[in-house]
Amino acid sequence: MIELNVHKTLQSAQGSMELHVELTVEKGQFITLYGESGAGKTSTLRMLSGLMPPDKGSITVNGTVWFDRERKTNLNPRHRNIGYVFQDYALFPNMTVSQNLEFALDRKQDKTVVEDLIATMELQQLRHRKPGTLSGGQKQRVALARALVRQPGVLLLDEPLSALDSAMRQKLQQYILEAHKKYGLTTILISHDIGEIIKLSDKVYEMQNGKIVRQGAPPDMFGLGKTSAKFRFTGEVIRIQKEDVVYVVTIRIGNDAVKVIADQSEVSHLQPGDKVAVASKAFNPVIQKI
Amino acid sequence: MEWGPIILTLKLAAATTAILFVLAVPLAYWLSRTTSRIKPVVEALVSMPLVLPPTVLGFYMLLAFSPQNAFGDWLDKWLGIQLVFSFAGLVLASVLYSLPFMVHPIQSGLSSLPNTLSEASYTLGKSKWTTLRKVLLPNIRPSLLTGIVLSFAHTMGEFGVVLMIGGNIPGKTRVASIAIYDEVEALNYGAANGYSLILLALSFITLLVVYLINGGYLKRFTV
Repeated sequence: MIELNVHKTLQSAQGSMELHVELTVEKGQFITLYGESGAGKTSTLRMLSGLMPPDKGSITVNGTVWFDRERKTNLNPRHRNIGYVFQDYALFPNMTVSQNLEFALDRKQDKTVVEDLIATMELQQLRHRKPGTLSGGQKQRVALARALVRQPGVLLLDEPLSALDSAMRQKLQQYILEAHKKYGLTTILISHDIGEIIKLSDKVYEMQNGKIVRQGAPPDMFGLGKTSAKFRFTGEVIRIQKEDVVYVVTIRIGNDAVKVIADQSEVSHLQPGDKVAVASKAFNPVIQKI
Repeated sequence: MEWGPIILTLKLAAATTAILFVLAVPLAYWLSRTTSRIKPVVEALVSMPLVLPPTVLGFYMLLAFSPQNAFGDWLDKWLGIQLVFSFAGLVLASVLYSLPFMVHPIQSGLSSLPNTLSEASYTLGKSKWTTLRKVLLPNIRPSLLTGIVLSFAHTMGEFGVVLMIGGNIPGKTRVASIAIYDEVEALNYGAANGYSLILLALSFITLLVVYLINGGYLKRFTV
């Protein structure tokens, strides 16, 4: 179980921000931090991993104190039992895929775990390649495998899939979910993708200006439980155009853009960039094989 | 022309480069990481030899290490080290004189690596020392090579510092650049030309090697 209660004053382009995060994650849970850029999500992961010291507060994981300002405890990142997947993958360019994984081994650790991970992440073909020759999705698989070599109790994922196309994302989400279950991990993910959050996580925390403003189960958080819709999708408003007496709202859902007619009262609180749900109640949607 | 000064020059350059490498890696690492307030002061001191006339450096070292002064006297009596007019003194002076040529490339190499590389290594349970040795240094090989070759070449070419602190003792402190000056004074233009041509060729070759390797022309030698 992770018990985290930390304060930190962060300097950003918009001035200083007070970060105060308090959260408890049960063992084996998969949670997501969600929110705008600069809300303090990455800083939260960095404080949990020991890469950034909090100003005050405490971090306790499975009964071990990792950080406590009062007691002057601050465990070195190397002694915290975590796997961290960085947004830019952070693979070591001088090592091959196998060497990147083997580097993470503890001195007395059995090498079979590396073979196991290479098989799980389907890296057999790539094992002798250097990171510079890999695609984004391949790098991400290596980074995920490497983070799991030490068999950490806690896995931290900082927007691991944001640079990938949707087909690759789907596949990697599967890898993450498999690893989470197989190794009994407690996982904290940072993500902006609502579909991804609903698919992967048990609980989602929304952050704004350094604070957690909302929390709950993903379907409730993103409004899936509220309407008895026959079908519904979440998407992002791209454009709002006035045509004669109605408005045409263009919404991106996955890789498609759809146009929805709306009246003035509906568009008055919408602007491009808003996340919305598109649902239909009265009609049965037609399904066609493509 | 004798080969003694050339060999002494190469020995001096090799010893200086080896010592500098050991000193410069931790110094450059610290400079690339620190947010300390004394960083600009240290950076200025490291870069001083770039702008300071070598004779100034040599003059103060001569004063400091002279057995007539307290420090030189202490070195001589307690440690039996005489730094004035000796090879050891030349090496020490050359280390100071070529310091920026080793520190700057390594520092900029380390600064250019993304922070996440070392952070990833820490989260994988590795110490700072292991991270430096296995992750950071192997990824700045071109910078290390540049530092080594520039320090070597720069030490080969020094004159003022050597003249001040080493003098002109054959076999001990008479390096090629001093020998050239000496031969010209004695109007032995032939011998001076011999030394000069060898220095010219050595300098050209060492620099050419750096540019060939770092430019990727000899790919199999690099990362």
